[in-house]
Amino acid sequence: MWFFTHVWIIPALMALSFLLILFFGKKMPKKGAEIGIVFVGAAFVLALLTGGNWIAWSNDNPEGHGPAAEGAALANVDPSCSSVAAEAAAVGEGVEQVEGKTAASEPAGAEKGGHEEVATRPVVSCVNWFENGDQTISIGTLVDGQSVLLLIVVTLISLLVHVFSTDYVHGDRRYTHYFAFLSLFTASMLFFVLSENTLQMIVGWELVGVCSFALIGHWWEEKPNSDAALKAFLTNRVGDIGLLVGVIVLYFAAGKSFSILDLNILANEGGISHNLLLIGSLCLITAVMSKSGQFILHTWLPDAMAGPTPVSALIHAATMVVAGVYMVARLYPVFFEGLSISGSSVNALSMIGAITALFGAMLAFVQKDIKKVLAYSTVSQLGFMVTALGVGAWTAALFHLFTHAFFKACLFLGAGSLSHACHHSFNMVDDMGGLRKIMPKTFWTYLVATAALAGVFPLSGFWSKDEILAGTGSFPGTQGANGEYHVMLVMLLLAAFCTAAYMTRTIWYAFYGEYRGHGTPHESGPRITTPLIILASLGAIAGIVNLPAAFDFLPEGAQTRFEHYVEPVGLYFPAITHAGFNPALAVVSVLVGLAGIGLAYLYFFKDAFAGLHGLAERNKVAAFFKNILVNKYYFDWLYTTVIVGFVKGPLARAANWFSANVIDGLVNLVGKTAVGSGNWVYKNVDQKVVDGAVNGAGSSASGVGAMLRLTQTGRIQQYAALFFAAVAILAGVFVVVIG
Amino acid sequence: MMNFLNDWGLVLTIFLPLAGALVMMAIPKQSEGAIKLVALGAPLAAAAMGILLMLNFDYGDSEHLQFMVNKNWIELINSNFILGLDGLSLPLLALTLFIVPLVVIYSWQHVPNPGNPKAFFTLMLILETAMIGSFLAQDLILFFVFFEVTLLPMYFLIGVWGGEQRRYASIKFFLYTLFGSAFMIVAFVALYFLAKAPTGIALEQLRALGGSYADMQAGDPLHSFGMQALTYSGAAGIAKTTAIVIFGGMFLGFGIKVPMFPFHTWLPDAHTQAPTQGSVILAAVLLKLGTYGFIRIAIPIIPVAARAWAPIIGILAVIGIIYGALGCLAQTDMKRLIAFSSVSHMGYTMLGISTLTAFGLNAAVFGMVAHGLITGLLFFVAGSVKERYHTLDIKRLGGLLISAPKMGWILGFATMASLGLPGLAGFWGEFPAILSAYDPAVGLNVVLFRTLMVLAAVGTVLAAGYLLWLYQRTAFGTPSEEFANDPNITDVNKFEWLAWSPILAGIVILGFFPGLIFNVAGPAVEVIARTVGG
Repeated sequence: MWFFTHVWIIPALMALSFLLILFFGKKMPKKGAEIGIVFVGAAFVLALLTGGNWIAWSNDNPEGHGPAAEGAALANVDPSCSSVAAEAAAVGEGVEQVEGKTAASEPAGAEKGGHEEVATRPVVSCVNWFENGDQTISIGTLVDGQSVLLLIVVTLISLLVHVFSTDYVHGDRRYTHYFAFLSLFTASMLFFVLSENTLQMIVGWELVGVCSFALIGHWWEEKPNSDAALKAFLTNRVGDIGLLVGVIVLYFAAGKSFSILDLNILANEGGISHNLLLIGSLCLITAVMSKSGQFILHTWLPDAMAGPTPVSALIHAATMVVAGVYMVARLYPVFFEGLSISGSSVNALSMIGAITALFGAMLAFVQKDIKKVLAYSTVSQLGFMVTALGVGAWTAALFHLFTHAFFKACLFLGAGSLSHACHHSFNMVDDMGGLRKIMPKTFWTYLVATAALAGVFPLSGFWSKDEILAGTGSFPGTQGANGEYHVMLVMLLLAAFCTAAYMTRTIWYAFYGEYRGHGTPHESGPRITTPLIILASLGAIAGIVNLPAAFDFLPEGAQTRFEHYVEPVGLYFPAITHAGFNPALAVVSVLVGLAGIGLAYLYFFKDAFAGLHGLAERNKVAAFFKNILVNKYYFDWLYTTVIVGFVKGPLARAANWFSANVIDGLVNLVGKTAVGSGNWVYKNVDQKVVDGAVNGAGSSASGVGAMLRLTQTGRIQQYAALFFAAVAILAGVFVVVIG
Repeated sequence: MMNFLNDWGLVLTIFLPLAGALVMMAIPKQSEGAIKLVALGAPLAAAAMGILLMLNFDYGDSEHLQFMVNKNWIELINSNFILGLDGLSLPLLALTLFIVPLVVIYSWQHVPNPGNPKAFFTLMLILETAMIGSFLAQDLILFFVFFEVTLLPMYFLIGVWGGEQRRYASIKFFLYTLFGSAFMIVAFVALYFLAKAPTGIALEQLRALGGSYADMQAGDPLHSFGMQALTYSGAAGIAKTTAIVIFGGMFLGFGIKVPMFPFHTWLPDAHTQAPTQGSVILAAVLLKLGTYGFIRIAIPIIPVAARAWAPIIGILAVIGIIYGALGCLAQTDMKRLIAFSSVSHMGYTMLGISTLTAFGLNAAVFGMVAHGLITGLLFFVAGSVKERYHTLDIKRLGGLLISAPKMGWILGFATMASLGLPGLAGFWGEFPAILSAYDPAVGLNVVLFRTLMVLAAVGTVLAAGYLLWLYQRTAFGTPSEEFANDPNITDVNKFEWLAWSPILAGIVILGFFPGLIFNVAGPAVEVIARTVGG
């Protein structure tokens, strides 16, 4: 329990690390990197301990089923954080006591995939953040399997990236700032995953965004880099409209509460109307589209590769970009009910995910820059996760998030290692080649991670991707898991095929053939290769944490551990159905992957399909399609040139023109008229009639002292007179009206 | 101690700066050292007084006026010298007391051309007295006097120490505001003549004020400028159409000050031409007189008209948000861009106010303070950039992060704060204001306000756009040849650090502990929201 109630220490450590590096980093022997590594190491250890405690906490969960136990399971929620949970817990305890006295409680039935699950006991702690009228808005932590999972993933990848960076950005002009921002990012990300309420989520969400901005623009001297940083920030801001509006809608839907548990329980138990949930979830999907790089707001992510490569691995592959996925998973009842995921065959979330998975994968084919291939691959894999959430395969989505973090971070860091050797070029077509022998460690780790990404049995990617495919509930034998999402299955299989093929293409260009770059490349040092080896190993074996339940030849407690510890059961989580493992589907998915690898192998390595080589130069139709891909479906043109260009150009100028000419024209006209009539009044009325008043005004004005002479205008008397005249006239009018 | 504070606390806070100004008159022009000491000493003394008040303020009772002073003033029109401090005034008082000493510190080496620190600081001290007085006055005439007195020092600050077109800008500022004030005073006078004593509980509360109210009967003419009395009356006995017209007068007076679209055009000129110090005070405090006036005076005193005007205010606020942001995108001058951003940011504050809900009003109070700190800081930085580069033409700037890295970082920080980054103060003025529009006060058009909510959220994108493009063009990249080796371009100096670091700290602290303002202003604005039925 201590670890769960004090888990705030972990993000606090990283925030402290940020401040220390910022203020003292430059004076340290290693320029602040050592502070970052020590703190993130400590954070990782604490995260692991929290994870261990979570497993123990889940294991000695008291047996008990049904609504009463589900209510009682919420007893560790601080009542001041979530009133709804507190109420449920109170009711639950009451019922349990009554039942305990009378008879053994009756199991509520096995609605969950055939075997009963014990209700998860989340631990929520919070303090009063601020009050608004009679409302108290709290800040705190929500600890359950999902947040603990991300705690470990984020701190681990962050630690490895820190180590990698000490070599990779060695001698950089802003080395200390770089590490400071890594710390700030880690702190913000941990703050985000531990959020107890949606308001806190917004805070974390934006803070990781600003770190991403700062790190993409790390080398801001060059305009393309700062352009990329701005694009990332602004695109995310567009998505944030949805986030803000969605959170607001759900805040009112949950009876003026930001609490995640309040919202989830109410959404899950039918306390919120379907329409509100639908609007809320659609708004939040916009936010997911920007943060997690989903079509049509994905365009910033490939450009974000302008940042240092370790940053791409940490932020733009393993952690920050999954924030959208994490948010959907965290607020799953909202989406599950709002989009009616159960029992349907298409919805906005799964559609966006599947389109992203396929179209992103296709774009990866035409990239010369190895990091851009990986960026589009990330877009595509995030699409897999979003699809999984859209079809109700919650665990599969989180499982894929978990495995993807390892192998994709490995691939990015591998690309970094390659470019480190090749004069900082990422152009695999023109500046790489034949590096297999020269950089064996980079090669082998890259190969393993590629195979994992392509879903080769038995590497981790195979298990997680297979779960997603099964989760669509479309394949014969897995029908109706939560619904039957046929289109998604087809699109994901196509995407998986493309994934295997484009990754094979990168291997060909980078590691085979002749070296096409300058100088003599060399293998990177141990601070670069060690993280690669660790990540590749994890990417290979991480699948064992969630072996299918169907594998009954395994000892008890070896199957579906991930699902058991991570997926919540209870009032704050919908009753989702898990698709079973299907051998036929597994074979199909492996075959699809192998086909992709095989065809790409034949095309690149063996020069097969000679007719296809250079097709785009000869065939207009092929050229047309290639052009579309090279121009990234023209989204950048649409956004940057058309929309942004219009707003910054004609629209802004029109607004300014309106101020300067229409409104001010009127003001100046009134001013001139007033001065003119003032002069007239002065000459014809003032001098003769109200002489005394003006003299009074004049003398009081000169009483202001030497100030008057300073103005050098000498007209203050006139304005003062004008003022008094105006007030006199108004008062006169007023007296007449009132009288 | 408490007796002393009760009798003298507010009076001293208001008039210590003025006393400083009087002392300064006696100091010969040549002894700059003494002048600066007085210039800093008086606001610090007022701030110390303010701190004492805040330490002794009863936060559990922040909806009631404390340390009240009530003396006869102009008996002929029953206008009294009433001062009081409650949860609504306190954050703004704190903001004023905080900003002015920093402006003086900044001026230590930066007295703008044509010099003459004696006159410059004298005006600033008079201005401080007027600003504090406006936030503490509880009588409409007293408020009006302070409100108008702020005009003259600022007029001179712009007109004497301003830029090339200072004359046009200062006169425009003066007359524009005066134009609104004229309608405002007419509205005040109309209230004096038309407001009647209310019925029911409000009558009891009115009678409890004592004095001439003690034995009033329902329907008796009030003949009062006292804000409390008028609030209890709630414009009783005034026909709705008349009330709407009266509110219109105040709307002009306060709306021009805010400034609300379409009365904003004085602001870019005034800011662009004003010396840095003038811009900072104008943005940080003077604009808030308008929004404060809405919350303190217009809404609680004429609630029935507030409900009628709320949709119009809401619509104009959102037009201001979008329009101001678009205006920013078109600017080529850094200072003018920041000025236009005020139009956009104050739009959020006005949107919060227009919902007439406790949440919205509270967001507005937060927004005022946050905008004061953030835009104040932006103007400070712009002033220092101008001093070094002798231009604020965005096209010619660039590479500030290389030429003056620390200043570049501070500009970046202020930029992020201004675009409403959570964790910094700006967010808490913006997001709750948007949120409150989802659920406006009972009787307001929900569809309209929800539309406004979405449009306001769109405004956050534009805000990020103009601020980041500004930052990209000024701070990123490499310095142009013109300035690459300019020895005048130095990094943040000692006085700038002294003046800016408290603001930097304030922005972070309010970002992480929003309760510092929400908890104080909440009860006070809740009472107001209740009077309009929100």
